[in-house]
Order: sequence, then C-alpha cells, then structure tokens
Amino acid sequence: MQYKNSYKQLPNEKGYFGQFGGRYVSETLMPLILEVEKEYNIIKEDKKFQSDLKYYLDTYVGRPSPLFFAERITENLGGPKIYFKRDELNHTGAHKINNCMGQILLAKKMGKKRIIAETGAGQHGVATATVCALFGLPCIIYMGEKDIKRQSPNVFRMKLLGAEIRSVSTGSKSLKDAMNEALRDWVTNVRDTFYIIGTAAGPHPYPAMVRDFQSIIGKEVREQIIKAENKLPNLLMACIGGGSNALGLFHEFLDDKEIEMIAVEAAGHGLGSGKHAASLTGGKPGILHGNKTYLLQSDNGQIEEAHSISAGLDYPGIGPEHSYLFEEKRVSYMYATDNEAIDAFQYCCKHEGIIPALEPSHALAVLIKIAKNYNKDNIVVMNMCGRGDKDIFTVADELNIKI
Amino acid sequence: MSLRIKKVFQNNSKKLATFTTGGDPDIQTSIKIIETIISNKTDIIEIGMPFSDPMADGPTIQLSSNRSINNGTNLNDIFSITNQIRKINNEIPIILMGYYNVIYYFGVKKFVDECKKNGVDGLIIVDLQPEEDAELFNELKKNSISLIRLITPTTNESRLKLILNNASGFLYYVTITGITGQHSANLKELEKSIKSIKIHSNLPVMAGFGIKDANDVKEICSIADGAVVGSSIVNIIEKNLNSKDKMLKSIDVFTKNLKLGTKI
Repeated sequence: MQYKNSYKQLPNEKGYFGQFGGRYVSETLMPLILEVEKEYNIIKEDKKFQSDLKYYLDTYVGRPSPLFFAERITENLGGPKIYFKRDELNHTGAHKINNCMGQILLAKKMGKKRIIAETGAGQHGVATATVCALFGLPCIIYMGEKDIKRQSPNVFRMKLLGAEIRSVSTGSKSLKDAMNEALRDWVTNVRDTFYIIGTAAGPHPYPAMVRDFQSIIGKEVREQIIKAENKLPNLLMACIGGGSNALGLFHEFLDDKEIEMIAVEAAGHGLGSGKHAASLTGGKPGILHGNKTYLLQSDNGQIEEAHSISAGLDYPGIGPEHSYLFEEKRVSYMYATDNEAIDAFQYCCKHEGIIPALEPSHALAVLIKIAKNYNKDNIVVMNMCGRGDKDIFTVADELNIKI
Repeated sequence: MSLRIKKVFQNNSKKLATFTTGGDPDIQTSIKIIETIISNKTDIIEIGMPFSDPMADGPTIQLSSNRSINNGTNLNDIFSITNQIRKINNEIPIILMGYYNVIYYFGVKKFVDECKKNGVDGLIIVDLQPEEDAELFNELKKNSISLIRLITPTTNESRLKLILNNASGFLYYVTITGITGQHSANLKELEKSIKSIKIHSNLPVMAGFGIKDANDVKEICSIADGAVVGSSIVNIIEKNLNSKDKMLKSIDVFTKNLKLGTKI
C-alpha cells in the first residue's frame, strides 16, 4: 500500500527530507559534493556498476545475509516470532561494509586516489580499510582518542589492513570529533580524496547514497520472510546512532503502511542523566556535519557530547531522514540505557549463541521489554547489524571481570 | 549593503581585516583586544562567534573557540561586545564570523535584529552557501547587512556566478584548500582567481586563510584588495593567557606591524 506520496521518493533534488538534510558545508567542498551527487545519480542507473557491486557483495561480503528464526528467544519471551537479520555475519562483522563497497566503487570510478573515513566503534573504519586493501587505495581513518582505547581490537585490525589511524583528541574525543577532523582533511585534500561517510548523514547526497547502499538489507528481508512465513513482518526493529542500519532495514518497507517500525537510540546512563546519545528523544533541530537534523545541543546552540557504552551510537546527531520519519511519526523512536544493553547482550549470547555488538543489543533490550505486547502470530525482524567480538573488553569491564 | 563597508572601500588603499574570537580569553579582554587592534588603524574587524565544532578552522582557532565557550560566551555576549565597540568607534565595519547552527538555534530573525541593534555590518557564515542561505539572506537584506560570500580555489565558473548573484559588501577569497592557520597561500593561483573574479564583479576582494605576518599581508595586498589575519593574533592570545598586559602589548606591536604590510 502506498501513502503520503511514498516515503521512498525522498530526498528532494536539494537533498531534503521534509525540513531536514541539505548541504551545509564550506564552499571549498561544494563543487566536489555536487560532483559526487552527479556521479552517484549516474551509477544508480548504471547496469555495469550495479553488477560489479553485486559481484563483490555476493562473493566478498557474503550476501545475502541469513534471516534467522530466533526460536529460543521467541519461546522465552512468549510474544511474537522473532527473526534476526544477520548482517553481523558479513565480512568484517557488521552492516557497514555494504555501504563501503558501494562508495569505494564510486570513488574508483571518480578517479580518486586517497580514501578517508571517520569511525566510532571501528566497524566503519575496519570496513573502509578492508575495501581500500581490496582495491589498493591508501586509507586514512580518523578516530577519537577515547574510542581508540575502548575499541582496541578494531584499531589493530585496521592497522593490519594497512590503514593509517589518526587519533583525534579534540572535543569529546569520539565520533563527532573524528568526523570534524575527517572534514578538515577533506577540505585540505579535496581534489584527490574521497570521503567514505559511514552513516546516513552528512551533506546531500550522502544520506541518500548510504541509505541506498544499505537498503539491500530490507530488500533481502522481504524475499526471505515471504519464503519463511509467506507474509510480511508486523514489526521491524533496529538500533540507531547515525541510523544507517535502521534505514537499511526500514527503507524497503516505508510504504508498507501496516508494518510498524521501532528504532532504538542509546540512552547511556539514562535520559535524565544528561549522559546519553538519544538525539531525537533528547535533542533539537540544528546544523552539523553538513546537514540539518536533530542534535544534542546546549541552550546556546553548542553541540553537546553524547554518551553511550556503545562507541557506534556515541554521536550527538542522527541522519536527516530519521529526523523526518520521527516528525512524521512513521517510525517510533525508543531508547535503551547502557545497562539494559549489557543485559540484552548477555541474554542473546546465552539464548541463541550469538554474541551481538553492543549497538544491536540496544534494539534487543527494547524488544525484550515490548515483546509481551505482540501475539504469537506476529512477526518481528530485528537487524543484528554487528557482532560483539569487538565489545568483549568493554563488557568485561562493566561486569568487573578481568580477562 | 552596509554603509560602513561601502565607505571603507571608497578609497583605493589596501585594507587590513583582523579576526579574533569574541569572548576569548574573556569578554572584557576580548573588547580590549579589539580596541587595541582598532587603534592601529585596522580597516575591518571580524569577530568570531564561537562554535563547538568549527570544521573550517585549524587548532589555533578551535582552541580559541573552546576557551570562549568554556567561559560561557553566548550570542548575547557577542552582541554586547559589538555594542561596546560601537561606543568607541562608529565607522569601522564589524563582521561576525561563524557557523550556522549557533544562529539557527538563536533564531534567524532575532539574530538579524540584534545585529542591526548592535552595529553589525556583515556576516561570514562558513558552512552556509548560496544554496542554503535564503532565509538568512532575506532578513539581512531588509536590514542592509551584508552577507559576505566566500570564494575558494575550487569554486568554478558556474558557482562563481551563483555566489556573485546577491553578493554584497566585499568578497572573501579563501586562499587555500584547507583550514585556517595552516598552509600559506599560493600567490600564483591567487592572482589567477582574483583576475577571474574581477571580470564578473566590482566588489572588493579580501583574501584570508594562512596569512601570518606583515610580509604575507604585503604579498597578498599586491594582488587582492586586502588581507585577513586571524590565527596569528589568536596565537598571541593563547601564548599569553597568564598575562593580559603582555597579551595586549604583543597584539599592539603585531597589528601595528600588520598595518604596515598594507602600504604597498
């Protein structure tokens, strides 16, 4: 069923989803960003490009990722049938590589000689370093000093893959500041450098482009769930930092009016504590990193530091399409705290033998709470967007266990 | 456009503009710094509105912005600074420079009203290009305040036309692809760019980014209509945080010398 002239047609030609999105960057970057948009519009329709992308997604990333019926969790919660879309089984262990593969092929097509990226949890950094190694392009990853400490396995993986890690020690020393530094690099090396943004945010066309590359998740789910259940799911769930895995799952279904969608923000120590990363629930519209969107900010319009135990969600903004879907109420935005995520992390390990990343553990935490509201005929698909190997040190720390 | 800007460019002498962050190291000292700079015959004053995430700025101005924010500087403080400056000098153009979020959050109309009330002549908003600046531009136009447009080495012919359409006051040429306070300008490229701008526009062109001392000012002024110096002054503030007297004296000597660079 189609409604609201289709949510899937956005953004408009200026890169807006309702009032959100746009292009707020320095003039130095504008010509390049317009060029990226032009080239992106070409490759979207280009059969050769799309078949190349499909080739690498199939043979290198390992797509399609399975849709798994989480039988023990389903039984234990006593509510709906719960499926996990297992994007954590992708090469490099998260959904991030779907987007990186698309962008690196675009960068190559545009003749760019150098790749930069920001990373929080390190999953996007690892995915970027991986595709750079695959295609033999030099790779520079900006990463907050705080994240380098808490995601040391990923830092070492990036180094093994040949990337140069640049530690960012300004501001909150996490994802936001890594993105500032990446933008400063880009403006300095604008002519030969391609910036692979890791989430569905930034100046147009990035929010749309990243979403499109990730939307393969939802497209696969549609086929897989029909095959398994012969009907569409009732509820889709995903965690959100910037929001690319959630859009990846949701976008395909936005116009299926009867399908409910819940995205879960990171509430850190709790919304009242001031130490959280729930940009929609606790933020206000503003302009950062090239787009107009909901942001955590002070009464003077200064961007505030986010907090989450999950480095991948530790960002004070969110992709503009989510801001739009939030105001349109097409997607419900809920939140889970650090502690709830840690509990869900352990629950998932013990019940399904899957060590989830702390990011999707947030989505699972909310699913555990709301499962009772759904009946046994209902179907839920949750995006298991990353695996938790990278998080075992953080979790051990939280549980006061020495490993 | 602002009459003060128009007036300052009425003669052909080369112009010096200086940048300091409003409220760095504190509001009162910030005012004294600007007074010192004005006493050395600087032609245009740029005051930075601090922002937590200054994407176009190098470490020097980032730190300066942080110092100011940590002192609690908000836009009302910035307007109190411009208000104070106006009390001692009603001629010099005052330009506020910064990033759009702070203005957007404050409210565009309220912001422009305050600019008008407090003697602001122009704005430079680093992350707001013609594609996105209609709301701010329309308010400014009603109040004869200039939105100073930025032109960079990557600006091509078709963008140049877009930028010049509705441009007023003067043009700000960013001499490098990069951030503030880092590399020096490529003079050959600057010359070429300014020539091509002048074909399409009669507006004066001030050049900024990477202009560090009187010698740089002199070189830039042989090509552009004037030079903007920021990070070098901010650096003096950073180096003398424990002695405001020394800070003001050093800035006095430094800007006196900078002005000499414009006499070519």
